[in-house]
Amino acid sequence: MSNIVLLALTGLGLGALYFLIASGLSLIFGLADVLNFAHGLFLAVGAYGTWWSSTHLGFPFVPAVMFGVVAGTVTAVLVETLLIRPLYRRTIEQVLVTVGLSLAGVALLQAAFGADPLTFPRPEWATGTTRILGAIVPNDRFLLIGAAVVVLVAIQVFLRRTRFGLIVRAGVEDRTMVTALGINVRTAFTLVFAIGGAAAALAGALAGVYFGNVSPGQGTSLLIFAFIVVVIGGMGSVTGSAIAAVLVGLVQQFTSFYAAAGVGEASVVLLLAVVLLARPGGLAGRAA
Amino acid sequence: MTPLLEIADLHVRIGSSHILQGIGFAVPATGVTAVLGRNGAGKTTTLKAVLGIVPKTGSVRLDGEEIGALPTHAIVRRGLGYAPEDRGIFAGLTVTENLRLAERGRGPHRYDLVYEMFPELKQRGAQRAGTLSGGQQQMVAIGRTLLNDNRMLLVDEPTKGLAPKIVTEVADVLERAAREVPILLVEQNLALVRRIADHVVVIEQGTVVHTGEAASLLSDPDLTRELLGVA
Repeated sequence: MSNIVLLALTGLGLGALYFLIASGLSLIFGLADVLNFAHGLFLAVGAYGTWWSSTHLGFPFVPAVMFGVVAGTVTAVLVETLLIRPLYRRTIEQVLVTVGLSLAGVALLQAAFGADPLTFPRPEWATGTTRILGAIVPNDRFLLIGAAVVVLVAIQVFLRRTRFGLIVRAGVEDRTMVTALGINVRTAFTLVFAIGGAAAALAGALAGVYFGNVSPGQGTSLLIFAFIVVVIGGMGSVTGSAIAAVLVGLVQQFTSFYAAAGVGEASVVLLLAVVLLARPGGLAGRAA
Repeated sequence: MTPLLEIADLHVRIGSSHILQGIGFAVPATGVTAVLGRNGAGKTTTLKAVLGIVPKTGSVRLDGEEIGALPTHAIVRRGLGYAPEDRGIFAGLTVTENLRLAERGRGPHRYDLVYEMFPELKQRGAQRAGTLSGGQQQMVAIGRTLLNDNRMLLVDEPTKGLAPKIVTEVADVLERAAREVPILLVEQNLALVRRIADHVVVIEQGTVVHTGEAASLLSDPDLTRELLGVA
């Protein structure tokens, strides 16, 4: 029983991390049709921003995370306005630019901070454990889950209660018709990049807490699972991403533990294949 | 009378197809101007080109101002309301959200007029637009154009696929709307055109082949048959 509780909470924690990355990816693809391979860069900037402000400026954990999130958000807005905006409707060039940016970002981070993992500054309470139903659960799992729930609620409130949210939801369905109503949808593109960048940067900071270190390639490896989550959940659906992230996190943890190391990753790919065969548009996405 | 909308030498190329081949006509500041033509003549593309939804070359002037080079949202903000052929409804949004999305500027937005014309939209405000019937979706599409103080409405085949009773209702609404704002109407239903249109523009293979009074064209069966293939 204690194993099941620990695996479930660890799977949920990992799923929370995937959701934080996937929510922005999904919104960006859904609205702007941009497959953003540079999303891992926003995550890495958030992680290194948190690490740097903590170790060099002496910021406590929460302000350091806020610093990292702001850095990730600014990076996302700059990437959208300077590099992506001139390439809307040019899919191949977008992919080339975002892949190139992702590779260049890793190289830049290596040049600036070295290739070796750096020990991440974690608050003391996050390094502790809590006993639940006989299981000794690391506290960082609760931090990850709590952060993902807050972000999910915040995004839902934004989408359902604000005019910009209404524009984003409509734009995911039919971007051309949104512009035909007199709305400059490009402003919404920048906004979803900012939201996605902020969530990814938060994921970067929390990944540092979860793994205990930060390394230049961390964003890229997490991004692969986030893409799987987006596809399973359905492109453009934040709720779908949340459900898919939980599924992927749990499947990965349980199969890794009860089968063998490495099977967890394979089982996630199998889950992706099963969902796509049953529902080509994903769990909650628009029809394929 | 000075035309409100003037289109000149409009060309649209999509891939290797030259869809519009130098279209030019003027739309008066009052009444309904119907764009007629056989399937594939370029009627819908003309409306999309005016709105900048498809890439084009040529001139589009609204009340003397050149708007052809503006992006779609800026053209619409000049005062053009658009109800597309497929209705352009956001299926996942509610009826009220579909209307709210169309609000431009600080208002006032004419919900009173929209709900007076389409009382059903008020009753079904919380219903997802994707679950509405075709006629109800058309009400949302036209309602959105009436919400703002537009200078002209561009309405594309509003009766397509609708039951005869609903076609009559749509005709009533367009007739009433035309008393307040000029309408550029793409329509295949000649009975509707006969009832509400004042002027006609006939397009064939991407060029304008006839312009004039609606009544004089539609009262001439030979000319109607020659231009439209039906009488």
